[in-house]
Order: sequence, then C-alpha cells, then structure tokens
Amino acid sequence: MGKTFAEKALGRAAGHEVRAGEIVTVEPDFCMSHDNAAPIARTFKKIGVKNVWKPERIVFILDHAVPAPSDDHAINHKEIREFSAEQGIANFFDVTSKGGVCHQVMCEEGFALPGLIMIGSDSHTCTYGAYGAFSTGIGRSEMAAAWATGQIWFKVPESLKVTVTGSFRPGVSAKDLILTLIGDIKADGADYMSVEFHGPAIEAMSIAERMTLCNMGIEMGAKNAVCPPDAKVLEAIRDKAKTDRWEALWADDDAVYAKELTYDAGDIVPCVAKPHTVDNYAAIDEAKGTPIHQAFLGSCTNARIEDLRAAAAILKGKQVAVRTIVIPASWKVYRQCLAEGLIETFLDAGCVITNPGCGPCMGNHEGILAPGETCISTANRNFKGRMGNKESFIYLASPLTVAASALKGEIADPREVL
Amino acid sequence: MKITGKVWKYGDDVNTDVIFPGKYTYTIKERSEMAKVALEDLDPEFTQKAKAGDIIVAGKNWGCGSSREQAVSCLKERGIGAIIAKSFARIYYRNCFNEGLPIIVSPDAVEAIEAGDEVTVDFDSGKVITARGEFPFPPYPDFVKGLIEDGGLIPHVKKSLGLK
Repeated sequence: MGKTFAEKALGRAAGHEVRAGEIVTVEPDFCMSHDNAAPIARTFKKIGVKNVWKPERIVFILDHAVPAPSDDHAINHKEIREFSAEQGIANFFDVTSKGGVCHQVMCEEGFALPGLIMIGSDSHTCTYGAYGAFSTGIGRSEMAAAWATGQIWFKVPESLKVTVTGSFRPGVSAKDLILTLIGDIKADGADYMSVEFHGPAIEAMSIAERMTLCNMGIEMGAKNAVCPPDAKVLEAIRDKAKTDRWEALWADDDAVYAKELTYDAGDIVPCVAKPHTVDNYAAIDEAKGTPIHQAFLGSCTNARIEDLRAAAAILKGKQVAVRTIVIPASWKVYRQCLAEGLIETFLDAGCVITNPGCGPCMGNHEGILAPGETCISTANRNFKGRMGNKESFIYLASPLTVAASALKGEIADPREVL
Repeated sequence: MKITGKVWKYGDDVNTDVIFPGKYTYTIKERSEMAKVALEDLDPEFTQKAKAGDIIVAGKNWGCGSSREQAVSCLKERGIGAIIAKSFARIYYRNCFNEGLPIIVSPDAVEAIEAGDEVTVDFDSGKVITARGEFPFPPYPDFVKGLIEDGGLIPHVKKSLGLK
C-alpha cells in the first residue's frame, strides 16, 4: 500500500514510517511569524527558557501593518526588533525594500522547499505547498512552545486528492478553480486533511498559480495543501534554497485517500465568492452587474507578478471607474512591475499603489471600507468585518475579474474585456 | 470536573474574524480587553451580556479562518465554560486545548439544545446533560487531557521542562 505526501513528509521528519491517524512529534524546519512575533515573544518569555532552540530556523517578516499605522503597531514592531536582536534571529525582514507579504517572502527567499516541515503563526502558511513543503498554520501559544522546545505534534492527516485535467479557457485562472472547489466541498470540506493537487492542469501551472491554490487550502479547512515538486520547483529553488535539508517527496500512485475529486479545467468559468463566506460561490453570470465601490488587487493569494501582469493587460490605456488599490506582494514584485512598466499602467489607469504588505486584507489599513460599501478583492477571505467594517461587503475573485470590474464599477466578466 | 451554564447558540461556519475582529489584533493586547469585544461582529448581545460559566453551542466548523488565538483567549477570559459544536476548524481546535478552554464535539447535543437552555458538561462521565436528554461524548486522548489538566500548553511545557 502506497503512501500519501503527508505520510511521507511526516514520516521522514519523525524518522519512522507513519500512517494517517497516528500522532507524531517532529522538529520543524522553519517557523515563520509576522507582526504577531511580539505577543509570541511575550508568551515565550513566560515559559522561562532563555534562548530559542535554533535561531536560524526562525523567520520574522513584518507585513500585517507596515509601516506602522499607529503607536500600538509601532510598539509591536519595536518589540520584535528587540527580541530578534536579543535572540540572534538573523532571518528578520523588517520594514525595508527587502520584504513584503510574509508568505511571498518565504517563497521568494528560498525558505519554502520540498519535503520540509514548515509552521507559521498564520493560517495561510499552507501556501508553501506550492513548493512541495508540508506547511501549516498554528496559534501563538503553540509557536512560543515550538521556539522553546523545537518540537510540534501532528496527527498525520488523511488526504484529499484533487486531480485537474484539461486546460483553462481564456479569462479563467487558478483563483476560479480554487473558488469553485471550495464552493463545491464547502468551508469544512477538507477539515483536518492534507489536500494534494494532481494532474496535467496542475503541472501546466506556474508556481504563482499553485501558490494561489495552496494558499486557499485553509478556506476549506485543510491542514496543508500541496502540489508536486516537479522540474519547475527544482529550477525555482536552485541557487536560493536556504537549507539542504529538503527532499522532493510525492505521493505514491497507490496511496490511499479519504476522498478523490476530479475537475476538467476547461469546465471552470470566471466566478466570485459572495459575502460573507468563501464557499458562497457564484458563476460570473450570476454576479455580474453588482455595483462596487472599491477594487483591491493584492494579498498573499494573488499579487504576484503574473497576477499583476494579467490585471494590467486589462487596465492598460483605460480608466478605472472606482477607487482601485494595487499592492504588489513583495518589493521584488514591485521592482519587477517597475521594470515591465506595470506601475505606470496602473497609475495611468487611476489606481492607487501602496507599499507591499497585507494592506486592507484583514482590516488594518490602506483601504478600509465604509458601512454599505462593496469591494471586489483578489484576497482570500470575505468574512463579515474582514476589511474593517461589519456593514460592508466583500466579493472574492481573480485578478482578471477584479480588473474588469474596476473598469466597469460593477462586477464584470473578464472574458468581455480580454 | 463539571460545568453548568446558560447556552448561547450559533450556526455553522462561525469564523474567527467575527469572534475577534482582525482590526483589533495589534491594538488590543490585554486579555481582559479582548474579552470585552468577543463576538462583537456576530452577536452584540453576547458581547454585552455573556457571563462567566456560560456555554457556547454551535454548528459545524466553529472557528474557521485565521489562526488568531485571541478568538479563543477572548472567550476563555470572558469565562466561557465550554464550547459544544458539531465540529471545529483545525487550528481553532488546537488553540482551545492550548489555551485550556474545554471543547466538545457532539452533533446530537447541538441538534437538541436551544438558546437559553441550562446545560451541564460532566467531563468525568463524558456527558452533556440537558433537560432535553443526555449526550455522551468520547474521552479526550491522554495527551489532550494532560494539556487541560495543566491549564493549557504554556504551563504544560513549563512543567515538562521542569521550570516553575
């Protein structure tokens, strides 16, 4: 009987064969924290251990509210600077032009690697599955305990195999596929599970698209989500892998799954997730015409160069009808946008561009909504109050659909403007 | 251990953003302050009136979304005795044990219990006891029992490392 990816990755880390359902304790390869490193540091100090177990395995990336929008945030950042200096945590991405949204930076900088066990005090840590890592989000107490002990326990998850054949039609992207899947299996459809993406359509995808898929694994309840560590991944990590502990692992053909699903990418159409849940799917035909007040192109889900190129192609030479906020996922992406003339395209179209970071995605700053307002967003959550006000409305969509909607001032079908 | 309290009842897929809004994640640091905004975007009546010992009863996938532990801390600090749900989101489930907040998975109990009922959770016999019937739930694994007995993950880690 073959093994799933999760059984292989957790078994490798545990040092013995494991099967779904077993509890294992493993040493994490990397521990990522963002602005919440400060409260975690306070909890760490309560444990009474003087030093973190391995400073070189801890990464801090400030992104949730950068530069600090209030004195509370500034104090929070200051605590992180002091703690990283005191503990010798060299992998610290402060408010500089080397940073960006934490998950983007983890991938760009070569921390996300095949077969590694990666934990992060952020639910979208599952993004690193695009590089073949076993990566998952945890809470603050658990991260403090991991810094102190170098250990974390996992129940080896059962796995959901999603096979995607065919190829996308024009105007359709990975975001439409993942919103369709979540709409089908619902917000708890992969609870406690490892989601494996298989098939020719996944192999054809860029790593950026795979990051969009894996990023939203948590929105269906998954523990982790993962794509095959193929030649594209090996090429991407060449010369930048932060450790040689990695190993390309993938599921056996005869692995046992709790559930298997198959999609034909050619059947997927542009779509949105309507307020206030990510599984509230609507095909674009049903949603188009809904008036919007703001469009947001950003977040760890969809603000990579590939996403911004796609949006810029739609906006080029035209004017947006509503305020449109563009936040590249990192300063590397921002520089690439500059080099390709995309920043100029966005500015000419009337968009506002802010510095890389999470921006308004979770209601901190740079685009909070007023009561009664509606935003179409490339981010990952449309929960009530998510963008700062509980009387506002968020629709989630692909960069193409967000750009097309920004031009029209209402939700629009990107296929009509391509 | 037994907990008796009045029930606040909610539906499916209640997410961490409505339990503890994201906009407060870096402006509210004290646990007592977290307790004051608990469930603010879901049920303002709870935010105003919930008392120590009250019990939350909810549908499937309670606590989906963010990993923010404040969504557990705010309820623990408010004195919520237990959460009974049809199922819990994975990170929230772990965070509850790590914070020492008892949770029970019992779809049958959730179906039977109504808002405002008085409910007792008897952890020793493994039963949810209500005027509408008794609902057994499986015992926690030993590892989880240890966490609850020690009062959460941090005291548990201190104890296992021999620190006071």
